Amino acid sequence: MNHFPKWKIALVAIISMLGVIFASPNMLSRERADQMPHWFQPVSLGLDLQGGSYLLLEVDTAYVFREQLSSLVEGVRTVLRKEKVKYSDLGAKGDLVSVRIIEAEERAKARELLRKIDSSASVDAKDDGTMVLKYSDVAVKARKAAAIEQSLEIVRRRIDELGTREPSIQRQGEDRIVVQLPGVKDPDRIKALLGKTAKLTFHLLDDSTSADEAAKGRVPPGSMLLPSAEKERGMPETYVVRKRIEVGGDMLVDSKATYNEGRPVVSFRFNAAGAKKFGDATRENAGKFLAIVLDDKVISAPRINEPILGGSGIISGSFSVQQAQDLSLLLRAGALPAPLQVLEERTVGPDLGADSIQAGAVASLLGLALVVVLMIIVYGTLGALADLAMVLNLILLLASLSALGATLTLPGIAGVVLTMGMAVDANVLIYERMREEQRNGRSIMSAIQAGYDRAFGTIFDAHVTTLVAAALLFQFGSGPIRGFAVTLTLGLLASLFTAVLVNRIMVVSWVRWRRLKSLPLA
Amino acid sequence: MQLIDRFLPHGTHYDFIRYRWVAFCVTAVLILGSFTSIAVKGFNFGIDFAGGILVEAQSTTGPADLHAMRATLGHLGLGEVSLQEFGTTGRDVMIRVQRQDGDEKAQMSALTKVKASLGEGYTYRRVEIVGPKVGGELVRDGVWAVVLALAAIAMYVWFRFEWQFGVGALVSTFHDVITTFGLFSITGLEFNLTTVAAILTIAGYSVNDTVVEYDRVRENLRKFKSMSLYDLLNLAVNETLARTILTVSTVFVTVLALLFVGGEVLRGFSIAMLWGLIIGTFSSIYVAMPMLIYFNLRTGKAAEEAETAESAEGGPATP
Repeated sequence: MNHFPKWKIALVAIISMLGVIFASPNMLSRERADQMPHWFQPVSLGLDLQGGSYLLLEVDTAYVFREQLSSLVEGVRTVLRKEKVKYSDLGAKGDLVSVRIIEAEERAKARELLRKIDSSASVDAKDDGTMVLKYSDVAVKARKAAAIEQSLEIVRRRIDELGTREPSIQRQGEDRIVVQLPGVKDPDRIKALLGKTAKLTFHLLDDSTSADEAAKGRVPPGSMLLPSAEKERGMPETYVVRKRIEVGGDMLVDSKATYNEGRPVVSFRFNAAGAKKFGDATRENAGKFLAIVLDDKVISAPRINEPILGGSGIISGSFSVQQAQDLSLLLRAGALPAPLQVLEERTVGPDLGADSIQAGAVASLLGLALVVVLMIIVYGTLGALADLAMVLNLILLLASLSALGATLTLPGIAGVVLTMGMAVDANVLIYERMREEQRNGRSIMSAIQAGYDRAFGTIFDAHVTTLVAAALLFQFGSGPIRGFAVTLTLGLLASLFTAVLVNRIMVVSWVRWRRLKSLPLA
Repeated sequence: MQLIDRFLPHGTHYDFIRYRWVAFCVTAVLILGSFTSIAVKGFNFGIDFAGGILVEAQSTTGPADLHAMRATLGHLGLGEVSLQEFGTTGRDVMIRVQRQDGDEKAQMSALTKVKASLGEGYTYRRVEIVGPKVGGELVRDGVWAVVLALAAIAMYVWFRFEWQFGVGALVSTFHDVITTFGLFSITGLEFNLTTVAAILTIAGYSVNDTVVEYDRVRENLRKFKSMSLYDLLNLAVNETLARTILTVSTVFVTVLALLFVGGEVLRGFSIAMLWGLIIGTFSSIYVAMPMLIYFNLRTGKAAEEAETAESAEGGPATP
């Protein structure tokens, strides 16, 4: 089998050429590469090489569930009050909501009413008149999934608003979001922005009691005690606020940072439905106080002097310019359905990234030079042919990384360097085998054939076992480690092609061309 | 091409198997030592696993004053704070802060405190924070990866060879993995995610080496039906000796390149690889091979295969 069909040689030539083509963008400068089509791009560098910030966020799904339950509680309260059903002991306990209907004859009616609140909640009646409402597992899961999808969208919008270059925002696992921000040196502002849920609501103040009374634990049912957002002199520290939401921030369509009487404020505009609700609320409650609540803190509670019918208004508080800008950004982007927590942060400065690239490049070139020289010293021309195959292997590796859009990380560079050491192993196995076969009296061509054929099984097994380790690394590793697994895998696959097939064609052609009678292997 | 002979021996008849008891003793000492150190001393876990904060700060105003930094950071009440200078300019300092009690937010506020107390005059080249939740998961994933890799490799060798070879590959690879853990425990080198990558690469490399030897054993089992297993194993090691030396050399020089010029981040990885290279080669010859003596290789499928192979080829191929 030392004669190669034309198609095989053509295949090798085509693959090698494709390798050179796809690897070539890596020679371009950054500016030139940006002008090239997307399939003709240099390999993308991991954050550890180009600098940037990696954030792993978790959506607090327990919070989502609590919210779901407490809105159910408010739903029950509203319905029962409206229908004038007498009840007691309304509240959320664990994963259910329970309420006791006092009058026995109202229980059947109450049960029907409660059923209509939310079709995904079941209603159980107990003998003592207690009604227990429970969400089905499916409903809870769906709500959580929706919350995560929405969080992803909000995170994306907030980061887009900041104008970061090529951010990547991906969902990971059940309830996590990975945010990668190339080029970001200090993610503190982004973290601060992502750390706010930015839930904006308008509530009426409860004027039936004073904040001092409420602070002693006597909060009327249906109201809550909220702290003030800013501790400022002359302002109350806490407010008693009705739980009922008059209008929510989800009805906002726009928000801008602007100035009012020389102070930074945030202006906002409601959509049609929001404008109507806001208009109704301000008309019906003229003279009362309207609390503007952000993330359970009262920003301000101005008196409603006249109905606000245009659907727009301003939020004034003691903002700095930056705070006003951030708040308007958050309101534009929308509220997160649940708080996010930063589980992991990894930030690499661009100069460290550049240093790492340099160190990686020097290590690769040095490794390459050492292997090349060693192989030539030991095997002469055959060694040089193995070196050529290895260089082609590196080109193919770079090409496939670039074409597949895989990310090169610093451990990935280590993977490249290791690949060089292990790729020539295949040729060493083959050459040693040829040497042995020749010593056993085989002719040159038959020794070559036996060398490649017999060594192949070994090479194959050796590659597969390393691939197994690489696959597990990919499965269980994260970030940079995955980059290592990817380069190792691609390098090994390429070496099956270059060290065996390409090298064989080169060796056979060389032997024919020089009309060698025996291999220069003692 | 005379150079080859100088570099690569051929036709050697070293009696490797004879020293198996010495090798087994060395192996036993290494494994026991590793286990003891792991049990007694444990690991110097990096923040990937232990959680906590790592900050690589560079002074913008000449060499960093480690004393002053230590004093400032020590008084923040953040628990253990370690500072380490590295690089050649004396401006780079690695600051490690232990995991803070409490949740993820506690880690974030600790970082803010560190940055605030260092003040101006430092740029931050690298900041890593790993919260308690993620740290625990990374440990679990790392353990799974290593265990599954060992199992998968053993399965593959079993599938391609015989169960005896699978056991041999498993034991020798396990040996390499355990002693690498031991090396990190004894030396107190930082154990982090890159270390796990190195260990899996070592496992892959070591079994690669073992497979090459086993392949030759399998071939010789078919070729030399009447040769004693002792001689047969020795022959296989000797026949592959040139290849072993050369491959170790090529990987060795590349790992050396990584170690000396690959930079700070890859240092731990390179050291692990260097160790793995040595121990992997040792275990392929002295653990994986002699173990086969204690299995009855010539019964069952292997013997049948040997016979069919011989009748097909019309006798041994070698003169």
